[in-house]
Amino acid sequence: MTKTIQNDRTEIRLAGEGGQGMILAAIILAEAAAIYDGKNVTQTQVYGPEARGGASKAEVVISNGQIDHPEVINADVLVAMSQEACDKYAGNLKKGGLLIVDEEKVGRIPSNKAVKIPITQLAEARTGRTITANVVALGVLVGLTDVVSRMSIEKAVLARAPKGTEDMNRTALLAGFEAADMVKR
Amino acid sequence: MTVKLMQGNDAVGWGALAAGCRFYAGYPITPSTEVAEMLSRELPKVGGKFIQMEDEIASLAACIGASVGGLKSMTATSGPGFSLMQEHIGYAAMTEVPCVVVNVQRLGPSTGQPTSASQGDVMQARWGTHGDHPIIALCPTSVSQSFDLTVKAFNFSEKYRTPVILLLDEVIGHMREKFDMPDFDAIERVDRIATDVPPEWYKPYGDSLSDVPPMANFGDGYRYHITGLFHDPHGYPTQRLDEIDPWIKRVHRKIERNLHDIVLYEEDWDPTNKTVVVSYGASARSARHAVKLARQHRLKVGEITLLTIWPFAEEVIARMARTARRIIVPEMNLGQLALEVERVAGRSKVVRVNRANGEMVTPQEILDAIEGS
Amino acid sequence: MAQHEEHTAYEYLRPSKKFPNVWCSGCGIGVVMSALIRAIDNIGLEKDNVALVSGIGCTGRMPVYMDFNTMHTTHGRALAFATGLKIARPELKVITIMGDGDALAIGGNHFIHSARRNIGITAIVVNNNIYGMTGGQYSPTTPIGGRATTAPYGNIEPPMPICELAQAAGASYVARSTVYHAAELERYIEQAIRKDGFGLVEAVSYCHTGYGRLNKLGTAVDMMRALKETSMAQAAAQKLAPEERENKIVRGVLHDVERVEYTARYQQLIDQVQQSIGGR
Repeated sequence: MTKTIQNDRTEIRLAGEGGQGMILAAIILAEAAAIYDGKNVTQTQVYGPEARGGASKAEVVISNGQIDHPEVINADVLVAMSQEACDKYAGNLKKGGLLIVDEEKVGRIPSNKAVKIPITQLAEARTGRTITANVVALGVLVGLTDVVSRMSIEKAVLARAPKGTEDMNRTALLAGFEAADMVKR
Repeated sequence: MTVKLMQGNDAVGWGALAAGCRFYAGYPITPSTEVAEMLSRELPKVGGKFIQMEDEIASLAACIGASVGGLKSMTATSGPGFSLMQEHIGYAAMTEVPCVVVNVQRLGPSTGQPTSASQGDVMQARWGTHGDHPIIALCPTSVSQSFDLTVKAFNFSEKYRTPVILLLDEVIGHMREKFDMPDFDAIERVDRIATDVPPEWYKPYGDSLSDVPPMANFGDGYRYHITGLFHDPHGYPTQRLDEIDPWIKRVHRKIERNLHDIVLYEEDWDPTNKTVVVSYGASARSARHAVKLARQHRLKVGEITLLTIWPFAEEVIARMARTARRIIVPEMNLGQLALEVERVAGRSKVVRVNRANGEMVTPQEILDAIEGS
Repeated sequence: MAQHEEHTAYEYLRPSKKFPNVWCSGCGIGVVMSALIRAIDNIGLEKDNVALVSGIGCTGRMPVYMDFNTMHTTHGRALAFATGLKIARPELKVITIMGDGDALAIGGNHFIHSARRNIGITAIVVNNNIYGMTGGQYSPTTPIGGRATTAPYGNIEPPMPICELAQAAGASYVARSTVYHAAELERYIEQAIRKDGFGLVEAVSYCHTGYGRLNKLGTAVDMMRALKETSMAQAAAQKLAPEERENKIVRGVLHDVERVEYTARYQQLIDQVQQSIGGR
């Protein structure tokens, strides 16, 4: 049986290592969709017990309608920030789904259609901090997919940015948008 | 009203505050800790009290003590902590002291998998403490329902003078969804029935038309005795059969006579549905997804979502079973509530869809069960 | 009857509760109960403002006879229940009554943490060196070599020093007396109740039915006499060499300091938080 259900259901998976901020990125994306775009969302995660290191996976499901099963069934978009994450989750992508990888961290890519962007490198180059890589990733993701509006994701990022880091986070997000626009061209 | 993205565990905390909870005692344990963190921050703001106890046994004891002092009280825990609390769930049932116990279920037995989801504590919620006793257990399926059912848990607890278990699972506890915080003043809050007789006439466990005797709080001028021993209407220990027997009947009756109030469920089925899915908690989300898929393929399938799992919703399940041929019960365990469904299913076939590996039952697995006749 | 009514204790006992009590005749627990009643009477506490919380065991049965807010809880957990009650109603005088097995074995964790928090609870531990109600098994305070139904060859575990444990954990008042020294016991209980923080009184008693019989220690009277003979005031004990002190019960106020009480500190926290958010 093919899945014709809930055509506007978009499933996004963000995966990497613990400490890369993938769960926070998923929360921000979910807030952009729920609070600023007024859509329904579910945001879930799986992580190991340790606060740093280990595999980390966060998911966001976005829909105009009611969301029943809250987890990703077949991802429309996968952002892989580590080789392990790519190996583990690329196979679950929907046919024609979008794979975004951090070029520097993921060497073996299972698809020649993947979008390769040096996300962490970009973060360091533009903001001086690799810790903003998750925000760059959000910029790339939203820039390529429009799952939420650019304005909403910017509001969501700034609402979560610790005081004094707003500019740095805006810079990171814009770097992501730019990288996405380059790919689109 | 402001829309927020919120976790189920946080919604439990807000629901507790909305219900009038003013005391929380707990011990940190994944995946329930957010409830404690949230209430340690919020309770002092409203003059409430939070304490981190030395273990889960002490946590529920402190809740019962605080409730006897007049504060609506709650604790939250998971798996191993829930096991440790069992003796005091029985004490609260025996002494008829209101309290709410939140168990965010994780994969067990033992330490199991702290960050993985499970619905493995369904039977423990019913029978975890020794001896015959009534219990109420509620299972939310979403973040906003976590709020609503926490309020219900407090209201039932106060209204029926009984411990109420709020049985979340890791999926619901940690999931974030859009949540519209309601105005607390608009929320229906039930308080324990106070006594209006003079202290010398007060019988803490007797003389009530409703099977729920009025409750005086310690310090309010009604000196009486509370004990986990079987007790007479005055609260004094008894070994007399003519006092033990009425007690055990009354505490069961106070729940059984109020099933119409306590047993909450959502239903979407009709007698033409030969297949009906019965589910609760996070599994209900997968079930709904599967039922919608099936209906898109013109399969006539119904669904019942149990929000109250204890006492068991016998009436609706038995009524549905008169017309349904197959009842599908998806659970994140090896078939616990399915046993109850089977008990009342008559000649209908009960099909179990189970996972006990820390992951949700998938909609496809349920769909396969719906299709396979 | 008339004679009973004149007795101070009568006012504090429950006339509707069926007596006699569960204790063996000659038991020391009754001495602790009357010392507690006199201590409360000396202070002049309103009965409505006193809560007695106990655990399980012979000693745990004490509150049911007394006309206060009384709560007979689970084995070992009296202090945990009392903690919740005290936090909910800081104005109540909350007194826990526990046995040695109750307070120190199954309830040991709650004992040290209640002392650490310095919560305003008075803890009375009646130490009879044995599990009496279950028939004479060895407890955390059974002396080495003492016989019990679960130590038929003599106990090999060293006893728990109750007072020293409470002091080390943070109690603000610690005292020890015996059921022979009823007036002294009354004084210590009164002082502990008057204390804002956590106060511990160890009431050394005996179990002639369980421990006494198994160890051939004679009648209740013999064991009461032994408390007189083997105990000594702290001042006298300090003059003895440590080895001479070894088998003596040292009586006295062993520790008395001022520390901020838990519920008072929590109220400060509430006030601070509410002030910082501008009241609500």
